[in-house]
Amino acid sequence: MVKVKVVEQVTKANDQIASQNQALLDGSGTFAVNLMASPGAGKTSLLMRTVEVLRDRLRIGAIEGDTASQVDADRVATTGIPVVQINTGGGCRLDANMLRPALQELPLEELDLLLIENVGNLVCPAGLALGQHADVVIASVPEGDDKPYKYPGIFVAVDAIVINKIDLLPYLEFDVRAFRELVGGMNPEAQIFEVSCETDEGIEEWAGWLASQCGRDS
Amino acid sequence: MHELAITEEILRIAVEHAERAGAERITDINLVIGELSSVVDDSVQFYFDFASPGTVAEGAELHFQRVPVRLRCRQCGHEFEPDGTDWRCPTCQTMGGDVVTGRGFYLESIEVT
Repeated sequence: MVKVKVVEQVTKANDQIASQNQALLDGSGTFAVNLMASPGAGKTSLLMRTVEVLRDRLRIGAIEGDTASQVDADRVATTGIPVVQINTGGGCRLDANMLRPALQELPLEELDLLLIENVGNLVCPAGLALGQHADVVIASVPEGDDKPYKYPGIFVAVDAIVINKIDLLPYLEFDVRAFRELVGGMNPEAQIFEVSCETDEGIEEWAGWLASQCGRDS
Repeated sequence: MHELAITEEILRIAVEHAERAGAERITDINLVIGELSSVVDDSVQFYFDFASPGTVAEGAELHFQRVPVRLRCRQCGHEFEPDGTDWRCPTCQTMGGDVVTGRGFYLESIEVT
Protein backbone atom coordinates (compact mmCIF):
# COMPACT_ATOMS: atom_id res chain seq x y z
CA MET A 1 0.00 0.00 0.00
CA VAL A 2 1.43 3.33 -1.07
CA LYS A 3 -0.04 6.73 -0.33
CA VAL A 4 0.14 9.17 -3.25
CA LYS A 5 -0.24 12.82 -2.32
CA VAL A 6 -2.58 14.61 -4.74
CA VAL A 7 -3.99 17.85 -3.24
CA GLU A 8 -5.98 18.93 -6.29
CA GLN A 9 -9.18 20.96 -6.19
CA VAL A 10 -12.10 18.85 -7.39
CA THR A 11 -13.30 21.82 -9.44
CA LYS A 12 -9.94 22.13 -11.23
CA ALA A 13 -11.20 21.22 -14.73
CA ASN A 14 -14.12 23.64 -14.35
CA ASP A 15 -11.81 26.35 -13.04
CA GLN A 16 -9.50 26.02 -16.05
CA ILE A 17 -12.40 26.51 -18.45
CA ALA A 18 -13.63 29.40 -16.29
CA SER A 19 -10.22 31.08 -16.72
CA GLN A 20 -10.52 30.69 -20.50
CA ASN A 21 -14.03 32.15 -20.39
CA GLN A 22 -12.79 35.09 -18.37
CA ALA A 23 -9.89 35.66 -20.76
CA LEU A 24 -12.40 35.76 -23.62
CA LEU A 25 -14.52 38.30 -21.73
CA ASP A 26 -11.47 40.36 -20.83
CA GLY A 27 -10.43 40.35 -24.48
CA SER A 28 -13.71 41.95 -25.52
CA GLY A 29 -13.84 44.27 -22.50
CA THR A 30 -17.02 42.66 -21.20
CA PHE A 31 -17.69 42.68 -17.45
CA ALA A 32 -19.63 39.54 -16.43
CA VAL A 33 -21.85 39.28 -13.37
CA ASN A 34 -23.20 36.01 -11.97
CA LEU A 35 -26.68 36.56 -10.50
CA MET A 36 -27.71 33.89 -7.99
CA ALA A 37 -30.86 33.46 -5.91
CA SER A 38 -33.51 30.96 -4.94
CA PRO A 39 -36.37 30.37 -7.43
CA GLY A 40 -38.82 33.27 -7.35
CA ALA A 41 -36.52 35.81 -5.69
CA GLY A 42 -36.79 38.07 -8.74
CA LYS A 43 -33.62 37.39 -10.72
CA THR A 44 -35.24 37.92 -14.10
CA SER A 45 -37.23 40.95 -12.94
CA LEU A 46 -34.13 42.59 -11.50
CA LEU A 47 -32.15 41.76 -14.63
CA MET A 48 -34.81 43.39 -16.82
CA ARG A 49 -35.10 46.51 -14.65
CA THR A 50 -31.30 46.77 -14.66
CA VAL A 51 -31.24 46.60 -18.45
CA GLU A 52 -33.91 49.30 -18.72
CA VAL A 53 -32.01 51.64 -16.38
CA LEU A 54 -28.53 51.06 -17.79
CA ARG A 55 -29.15 50.56 -21.51
CA ASP A 56 -28.31 54.19 -22.35
CA ARG A 57 -24.99 53.93 -20.52
CA LEU A 58 -23.91 50.36 -21.31
CA ARG A 59 -24.27 47.75 -24.00
CA ILE A 60 -25.73 44.75 -22.18
CA GLY A 61 -26.21 41.07 -22.96
CA ALA A 62 -27.66 38.24 -20.91
CA ILE A 63 -27.37 34.51 -20.37
CA GLU A 64 -30.36 32.76 -18.81
CA GLY A 65 -29.72 29.53 -16.90
CA ASP A 66 -32.64 27.25 -16.14
CA THR A 67 -33.17 23.53 -15.76
CA ALA A 68 -35.71 23.67 -18.60
CA SER A 69 -37.66 26.01 -20.91
CA GLN A 70 -37.01 29.19 -22.88
CA VAL A 71 -39.41 31.28 -20.77
CA ASP A 72 -36.82 33.60 -19.21
CA ALA A 73 -34.87 34.20 -22.42
CA ASP A 74 -38.13 35.09 -24.19
CA ARG A 75 -38.97 37.58 -21.41
CA VAL A 76 -35.53 39.18 -21.49
CA ALA A 77 -35.54 39.28 -25.31
CA THR A 78 -38.47 41.72 -25.13
CA THR A 79 -35.96 44.34 -23.91
CA GLY A 80 -34.14 43.97 -27.22
CA ILE A 81 -30.77 42.92 -25.81
CA PRO A 82 -28.92 39.79 -27.04
CA VAL A 83 -29.79 36.85 -24.83
CA VAL A 84 -28.89 33.16 -24.82
CA GLN A 85 -30.77 30.50 -22.89
CA ILE A 86 -28.88 27.60 -21.31
CA ASN A 87 -30.95 24.60 -20.25
CA THR A 88 -29.05 22.45 -17.78
CA GLY A 89 -31.39 19.47 -18.30
CA GLY A 90 -32.13 19.16 -14.60
CA GLY A 91 -28.67 20.27 -13.49
CA CYS A 92 -28.73 22.43 -10.37
CA ARG A 93 -26.27 25.11 -11.49
CA LEU A 94 -24.41 26.57 -14.42
CA ASP A 95 -20.77 25.58 -14.81
CA ALA A 96 -17.94 26.97 -16.89
CA ASN A 97 -18.30 24.35 -19.59
CA MET A 98 -21.98 25.24 -20.14
CA LEU A 99 -21.11 28.91 -20.36
CA ARG A 100 -18.46 28.46 -23.04
CA PRO A 101 -20.75 27.78 -26.05
CA ALA A 102 -23.18 30.44 -24.84
CA LEU A 103 -20.38 33.01 -24.91
CA GLN A 104 -19.66 32.04 -28.52
CA GLU A 105 -23.25 32.85 -29.45
CA LEU A 106 -23.11 36.38 -28.06
CA PRO A 107 -21.59 39.40 -29.82
CA LEU A 108 -19.11 39.93 -26.95
CA GLU A 109 -17.16 42.63 -28.83
CA GLU A 110 -20.30 44.74 -28.70
CA LEU A 111 -21.03 44.17 -25.00
CA ASP A 112 -19.84 46.11 -21.94
CA LEU A 113 -21.85 44.11 -19.42
CA LEU A 114 -22.98 40.49 -19.41
CA LEU A 115 -25.62 39.51 -16.86
CA ILE A 116 -25.62 35.77 -16.20
CA GLU A 117 -28.74 34.50 -14.48
CA ASN A 118 -27.84 31.26 -12.73
CA VAL A 119 -30.25 28.39 -11.98
CA GLY A 120 -32.56 29.22 -9.05
CA ASN A 121 -30.73 27.65 -6.13
CA LEU A 122 -28.97 28.99 -3.03
CA VAL A 123 -26.72 25.96 -2.52
CA CYS A 124 -25.06 24.57 -5.63
CA PRO A 125 -24.01 27.69 -7.61
CA ALA A 126 -22.11 29.13 -4.63
CA GLY A 127 -18.42 29.68 -5.21
CA LEU A 128 -18.26 27.94 -8.61
CA ALA A 129 -16.24 29.86 -11.19
CA LEU A 130 -17.85 30.42 -14.58
CA GLY A 131 -15.57 33.18 -15.83
CA GLN A 132 -17.51 35.96 -14.13
CA HIS A 133 -15.94 39.08 -12.63
CA ALA A 134 -18.49 39.56 -9.86
CA ASP A 135 -20.95 37.43 -7.90
CA VAL A 136 -24.28 38.72 -6.64
CA VAL A 137 -26.93 37.01 -4.53
CA ILE A 138 -30.51 38.26 -4.46
CA ALA A 139 -32.49 37.67 -1.28
CA SER A 140 -36.16 38.61 -1.40
CA VAL A 141 -38.31 39.80 1.48
CA PRO A 142 -40.89 36.94 1.32
CA GLU A 143 -38.09 34.39 1.83
CA GLY A 144 -37.40 35.72 5.31
CA ASP A 145 -34.36 37.29 6.92
CA ASP A 146 -32.84 34.00 8.13
CA LYS A 147 -31.57 32.72 4.77
CA PRO A 148 -27.90 33.62 5.44
CA TYR A 149 -27.90 31.25 8.42
CA LYS A 150 -29.19 28.42 6.27
CA TYR A 151 -27.06 29.08 3.19
CA PRO A 152 -23.86 30.67 4.49
CA GLY A 153 -21.82 29.25 1.58
CA ILE A 154 -23.37 31.66 -0.89
CA PHE A 155 -23.49 34.74 1.34
CA VAL A 156 -19.78 34.58 2.22
CA ALA A 157 -18.79 34.23 -1.45
CA VAL A 158 -20.42 37.25 -3.15
CA ASP A 159 -19.47 40.82 -3.97
CA ALA A 160 -22.98 42.20 -3.52
CA ILE A 161 -26.23 41.24 -1.84
CA VAL A 162 -29.51 42.61 -3.18
CA ILE A 163 -32.58 42.57 -0.93
CA ASN A 164 -35.43 42.50 -3.45
CA LYS A 165 -39.19 43.15 -3.06
CA ILE A 166 -38.75 45.75 -0.30
CA ASP A 167 -42.18 47.13 -1.25
CA LEU A 168 -43.50 44.11 0.71
CA LEU A 169 -41.73 45.07 3.95
CA PRO A 170 -44.90 46.59 5.52
CA TYR A 171 -46.75 43.30 5.08
CA LEU A 172 -44.15 40.70 6.00
CA GLU A 173 -41.78 40.02 8.85
CA PHE A 174 -38.30 40.77 7.58
CA ASP A 175 -35.87 42.50 9.90
CA VAL A 176 -33.63 44.46 7.51
CA ARG A 177 -31.35 45.60 10.33
CA ALA A 178 -30.80 42.05 11.62
CA PHE A 179 -30.23 40.82 8.05
CA ARG A 180 -27.70 43.56 7.40
CA GLU A 181 -25.89 42.89 10.66
CA LEU A 182 -25.70 39.16 9.92
CA VAL A 183 -24.46 39.38 6.32
CA GLY A 184 -22.21 42.30 7.29
CA GLY A 185 -20.56 39.96 9.81
CA MET A 186 -20.32 37.08 7.37
CA ASN A 187 -19.03 39.16 4.49
CA PRO A 188 -18.12 42.76 5.38
CA GLU A 189 -16.82 43.56 1.88
CA ALA A 190 -20.17 42.82 0.22
CA GLN A 191 -22.23 45.78 -0.94
CA ILE A 192 -25.85 45.59 0.20
CA PHE A 193 -28.70 47.07 -1.84
CA GLU A 194 -32.39 47.29 -0.94
CA VAL A 195 -34.53 47.36 -4.08
CA SER A 196 -38.02 46.91 -5.45
CA CYS A 197 -38.62 46.10 -9.10
CA GLU A 198 -42.25 47.20 -8.60
CA THR A 199 -41.65 50.72 -7.23
CA ASP A 200 -38.07 51.12 -8.59
CA GLU A 201 -36.83 52.07 -5.13
CA GLY A 202 -33.07 51.45 -4.87
CA ILE A 203 -32.73 50.35 -8.50
CA GLU A 204 -30.70 53.39 -9.50
CA GLU A 205 -28.23 52.83 -6.66
CA TRP A 206 -27.80 49.16 -7.58
CA ALA A 207 -27.45 49.95 -11.28
CA GLY A 208 -24.94 52.69 -10.48
CA TRP A 209 -22.80 50.21 -8.57
CA LEU A 210 -22.92 47.77 -11.50
CA ALA A 211 -21.92 50.52 -13.92
CA SER A 212 -19.04 51.53 -11.65
CA GLN A 213 -17.86 47.91 -11.64
CA CYS A 214 -17.76 48.07 -15.44
CA GLY A 215 -15.75 51.27 -15.20
CA ARG A 216 -18.62 53.28 -16.71
CA ASP A 217 -20.08 55.20 -13.78
CA SER A 218 -20.62 58.45 -15.67
CA MET B 1 -27.58 17.37 -7.48
CA HIS B 2 -24.18 18.26 -8.95
CA GLU B 3 -22.61 15.20 -7.30
CA LEU B 4 -22.40 13.18 -10.54
CA ALA B 5 -20.21 15.80 -12.21
CA ILE B 6 -18.11 16.04 -9.07
CA THR B 7 -17.72 12.27 -8.89
CA GLU B 8 -16.56 12.07 -12.50
CA GLU B 9 -13.96 14.70 -11.72
CA ILE B 10 -12.76 12.85 -8.60
CA LEU B 11 -12.41 9.68 -10.68
CA ARG B 12 -10.52 11.50 -13.43
CA ILE B 13 -8.05 13.10 -11.00
CA ALA B 14 -7.53 9.86 -9.04
CA VAL B 15 -6.90 7.75 -12.17
CA GLU B 16 -4.52 10.35 -13.59
CA HIS B 17 -2.40 10.34 -10.42
CA ALA B 18 -2.49 6.54 -10.10
CA GLU B 19 -1.25 6.12 -13.67
CA ARG B 20 1.47 8.67 -13.10
CA ALA B 21 2.59 6.67 -10.03
CA GLY B 22 2.51 3.42 -12.05
CA ALA B 23 -0.08 1.93 -9.68
CA GLU B 24 -2.19 -1.13 -10.50
CA ARG B 25 -5.13 -0.36 -8.32
CA ILE B 26 -6.54 2.45 -6.19
CA THR B 27 -7.86 1.15 -2.87
CA ASP B 28 -8.74 4.42 -1.13
CA ILE B 29 -9.43 8.01 -2.09
CA ASN B 30 -9.14 10.69 0.59
CA LEU B 31 -11.20 13.83 0.12
CA VAL B 32 -11.31 16.99 2.19
CA ILE B 33 -14.58 18.94 2.12
CA GLY B 34 -15.14 22.33 3.71
CA GLU B 35 -18.57 22.65 5.32
CA LEU B 36 -19.28 25.69 3.14
CA SER B 37 -19.04 23.42 0.07
CA SER B 38 -22.28 21.78 -0.92
CA VAL B 39 -21.51 18.10 -1.33
CA VAL B 40 -23.42 15.05 -0.12
CA ASP B 41 -20.96 12.27 0.79
CA ASP B 42 -23.33 9.35 0.27
CA SER B 43 -24.30 10.52 -3.20
CA VAL B 44 -20.69 10.78 -4.28
CA GLN B 45 -19.91 7.22 -3.14
CA PHE B 46 -23.12 6.03 -4.83
CA TYR B 47 -22.18 7.58 -8.18
CA PHE B 48 -18.58 6.46 -7.77
CA ASP B 49 -19.64 2.83 -7.57
CA PHE B 50 -21.38 3.27 -10.93
CA ALA B 51 -18.65 5.27 -12.64
CA SER B 52 -15.50 3.45 -11.52
CA PRO B 53 -15.89 -0.14 -12.85
CA GLY B 54 -13.40 -0.86 -15.61
CA THR B 55 -10.92 1.70 -14.26
CA VAL B 56 -7.99 1.29 -11.84
CA ALA B 57 -10.23 2.88 -9.22
CA GLU B 58 -12.86 0.13 -9.33
CA GLY B 59 -13.88 -0.82 -5.81
CA ALA B 60 -12.00 2.05 -4.19
CA GLU B 61 -13.40 3.42 -0.98
CA LEU B 62 -13.96 7.14 -0.60
CA HIS B 63 -13.12 8.82 2.69
CA PHE B 64 -14.48 12.24 3.48
CA GLN B 65 -12.80 14.50 5.95
CA ARG B 66 -15.21 17.29 6.80
CA VAL B 67 -13.65 20.59 7.77
CA PRO B 68 -15.92 22.73 9.94
CA VAL B 69 -16.46 26.43 9.34
CA ARG B 70 -14.08 28.35 11.58
CA LEU B 71 -14.20 32.12 11.88
CA ARG B 72 -11.73 34.65 13.22
CA CYS B 73 -13.41 37.57 14.97
CA ARG B 74 -12.47 40.87 13.33
CA GLN B 75 -12.81 42.69 16.64
CA CYS B 76 -10.83 40.56 19.10
CA GLY B 77 -9.17 37.90 16.92
CA HIS B 78 -10.78 35.00 18.76
CA GLU B 79 -11.34 31.90 16.57
CA PHE B 80 -14.64 30.06 16.88
CA GLU B 81 -17.02 27.74 15.06
CA PRO B 82 -20.45 29.25 14.31
CA ASP B 83 -23.31 27.07 15.46
CA GLY B 84 -26.66 27.26 13.63
CA THR B 85 -28.01 30.77 14.09
CA ASP B 86 -25.21 31.71 16.47
CA TRP B 87 -22.63 33.54 14.36
CA ARG B 88 -21.50 35.84 17.16
CA CYS B 89 -18.02 35.73 18.65
CA PRO B 90 -18.43 34.05 22.05
CA THR B 91 -15.82 36.38 23.54
CA CYS B 92 -16.90 39.86 22.41
CA GLN B 93 -20.32 39.23 20.75
CA THR B 94 -19.28 40.76 17.40
CA MET B 95 -21.26 39.25 14.49
CA GLY B 96 -19.43 36.97 12.06
CA GLY B 97 -15.74 36.98 11.20
CA ASP B 98 -13.26 36.04 8.51
CA VAL B 99 -13.53 32.47 7.27
CA VAL B 100 -10.38 30.63 8.40
CA THR B 101 -11.41 27.10 7.38
CA GLY B 102 -14.47 25.55 5.78
CA ARG B 103 -14.09 26.56 2.15
CA GLY B 104 -12.81 24.34 -0.64
CA PHE B 105 -13.15 20.76 -1.70
CA TYR B 106 -10.08 18.84 -2.77
CA LEU B 107 -8.69 15.39 -3.35
CA GLU B 108 -5.99 15.07 -0.69
CA SER B 109 -4.43 11.68 -1.55
CA ILE B 110 -5.00 8.24 -2.95
CA GLU B 111 -3.82 4.90 -1.64
CA VAL B 112 -2.61 2.49 -4.30
CA THR B 113 -1.13 -0.95 -4.75
